[in-house]
Amino acid sequence: MAALWQKARAGADLVIRGARVVDPVEAVDARLSLRIDGGRIVELAERVGANGHRVVEAAGLVLAPAFVDPHVHLRTPGRPDEETIASGTAAAAAGGYCAILAMPNTDPAVDSAPILRALAEAAQREAEVATGFLAAITRGQRGEELTEMAELAAGGAVGFSDDGVPVASAGLLRRALQYASTTGRRLALHCEEPTLSRDGQVHEGRVAAELGLAGQPSVAEAAMVARDLALARYEEQPLHLLHLSARESVELLARARADGVRATAEVTPHHLVLTEEAVRSLDPNLKMNPPLRGARDRAALVEALRDGTVECVATDHAPHAAHEKDVPFEAAPFGVTGLETAFAALYTHLVEPGLVPLETLLERMSAGPARVFGLERPRIAVGATANLVLLDLEREWTVGERPFRSRSANSWLTGATLRGDVRLTVAGGAVVHEA
Amino acid sequence: MIRLVGDDLRPPAPAARRHLLSVADLTRDDVERLLGTARTFAASLERRVKKLPTLRGHLVVNLFYEASTRTASSFELAAKRLSADTLTVKSAGSSVDKGESLKDTALTLGAYDPDVIVIRHPQAGAPQLVARVTQAHVVNAGDGKHQHPTQALLDLYTLRAALGRLEGLHVAIVGDVLHSRVARSLLQAFALVGVRSTLVGPPALLPRELPVEATSEIEAIRDADVVYVLRMQRERMAAGENFVPSLREYAARWQITPERLRPGQRVMHPGPINRGVEIDPRVADSPASLIVAQVRAGLAVRMAVLYDLLAGGPVAVETLAAAEVA
Repeated sequence: MAALWQKARAGADLVIRGARVVDPVEAVDARLSLRIDGGRIVELAERVGANGHRVVEAAGLVLAPAFVDPHVHLRTPGRPDEETIASGTAAAAAGGYCAILAMPNTDPAVDSAPILRALAEAAQREAEVATGFLAAITRGQRGEELTEMAELAAGGAVGFSDDGVPVASAGLLRRALQYASTTGRRLALHCEEPTLSRDGQVHEGRVAAELGLAGQPSVAEAAMVARDLALARYEEQPLHLLHLSARESVELLARARADGVRATAEVTPHHLVLTEEAVRSLDPNLKMNPPLRGARDRAALVEALRDGTVECVATDHAPHAAHEKDVPFEAAPFGVTGLETAFAALYTHLVEPGLVPLETLLERMSAGPARVFGLERPRIAVGATANLVLLDLEREWTVGERPFRSRSANSWLTGATLRGDVRLTVAGGAVVHEA
Repeated sequence: MIRLVGDDLRPPAPAARRHLLSVADLTRDDVERLLGTARTFAASLERRVKKLPTLRGHLVVNLFYEASTRTASSFELAAKRLSADTLTVKSAGSSVDKGESLKDTALTLGAYDPDVIVIRHPQAGAPQLVARVTQAHVVNAGDGKHQHPTQALLDLYTLRAALGRLEGLHVAIVGDVLHSRVARSLLQAFALVGVRSTLVGPPALLPRELPVEATSEIEAIRDADVVYVLRMQRERMAAGENFVPSLREYAARWQITPERLRPGQRVMHPGPINRGVEIDPRVADSPASLIVAQVRAGLAVRMAVLYDLLAGGPVAVETLAAAEVA
């Protein structure tokens, strides 16, 4: 069974009163109050007695199932100066998440059961929100030999990924698909044809041409997506496509899904909000892989998220030390943080302009990723463990004005004013964030 | 002078520091002003005593992370001709060899309160970083494949001096556009002043997203008033890159030879030239070549840039003219 771990905490006794409760999967959208006893939702009604509990007056706020992030880099083991399980999950709590999945491209990579066990133990001591781990597909993520997937799955690995690098060999990926099928876990694939992306710094488009930066063409992603979908189809196995960025990739995914391939995908807030134009500033905090692409790509991603072709939002939260980002653009590492800004960024740039309904965004940030990785779905219903986020859609805030919970500050949004803020996060029945 | 108490309590509003990071930051007026100032300086360089007292007491730091003959020497000489103090730091033999980051090197040099930092760096975005962490005016002397704005300005100066105008000219830019910061700055500068450009070269070396005409047919150069030849960067043509099969085949198809030129066409090149690769020596040494004029223009144009940043814009030009009269 895929396992998630969280620091043991007493379940909250709490009443949340008068919120607009929105649970898209339960088809709830009404002004309601709810009572939580010992971390469990015990009453959901128009009027709920305090029963001696602390009462949160939530009139004018939205109460939704807390978020699930299927793609986080906790930099543990290896770079505790950039992030730890404690700091990364505190950032997640501040962003309204009740569960996150950490990627295995650490130092060393999570490619053996002892490393996974050490992480599980650390998560039980430190994790503010439920934390699961993907394990590597290949040893050391070198793309040569498969990891011992069965033992890793038995140790709780939620899935397998060589995220950060593609599985370059088609033959090896085929073996991985075949073997992973015996573990009941899904492969999550970073799609990038390395001989096409080469040393590309940004999307190969007009901005790269004008700035003289080496480009990664969209076809570097799409060619790999096509290959991976072809293998999934042939082997009749599911797979998950990480951080899609190109219109062509989404089109390939839609066609494959229509043909019955069990493929899922995620997209990041930065790809949903920005285009390559943002890179003109040469700000290293706008450098990520896959790169920000063109306006048509962005539009295709937004539409795919809206219509469900892409089922989840994933932050690809990638903390980097300040001194490693404070260098010329071309010398900077790829990656930006995202846990603390994801909802506000998407509410401000997708929901407010009318591109995606609020209910859809809430579904793609919670039920969608839970479904893809077979996790328990956060839900607002009597009897369920409380995994809740209380959102203030009116509150405006400027990113960077309050300190980040993350140990790193390489946010693509620093200085931006956003609408929508997380007021309260309940994860695994405990209050983990309040603002 | 009577001042209100409140004025003293308020910190003085910092004047926006001006930099020359990219041609994209310039307006047509800026370009005309800089070319006009350069013309004035070029005249002063004709005199027996070539040194002007204009920037006495100012410090210009040249920070070079890449090999350079033309650009480094002309910035240094430009500052000296204007009586500024100069300090040249090259990455080889400095703390850069010990692994010091660009940020720390910039902070170190910034501690001397330089008025201008001129920087050449192999990575795009380096001048922006220096502008962020120091109080100096920053001049980009070439960053990665991104920009080389003073080269574009001196090329405009050379073109106007040789052909009498800019607007309506047609320039064919031939060769490795992909890796050329000169081409990027030049295309923006040409667009500003109304010069038409056509890119000519092997497909893999012409970025297809640039908003200009492009062709792989070398015959296309015949329509142009000027052929601007880019350096084939041998280091970028290493085995396995396959931008072109070989330099020999490149030369056979795209080298600028006397036979490919039409009478009256002029030829430019930002240097250093690879004789026998992108340009036939007979062309480089012919009267059609403006290559030496480009180098000469570089000095006057860089004097104009330093002067413009430190003495400040349109007003300064009038002051300069007045000084000339006096």
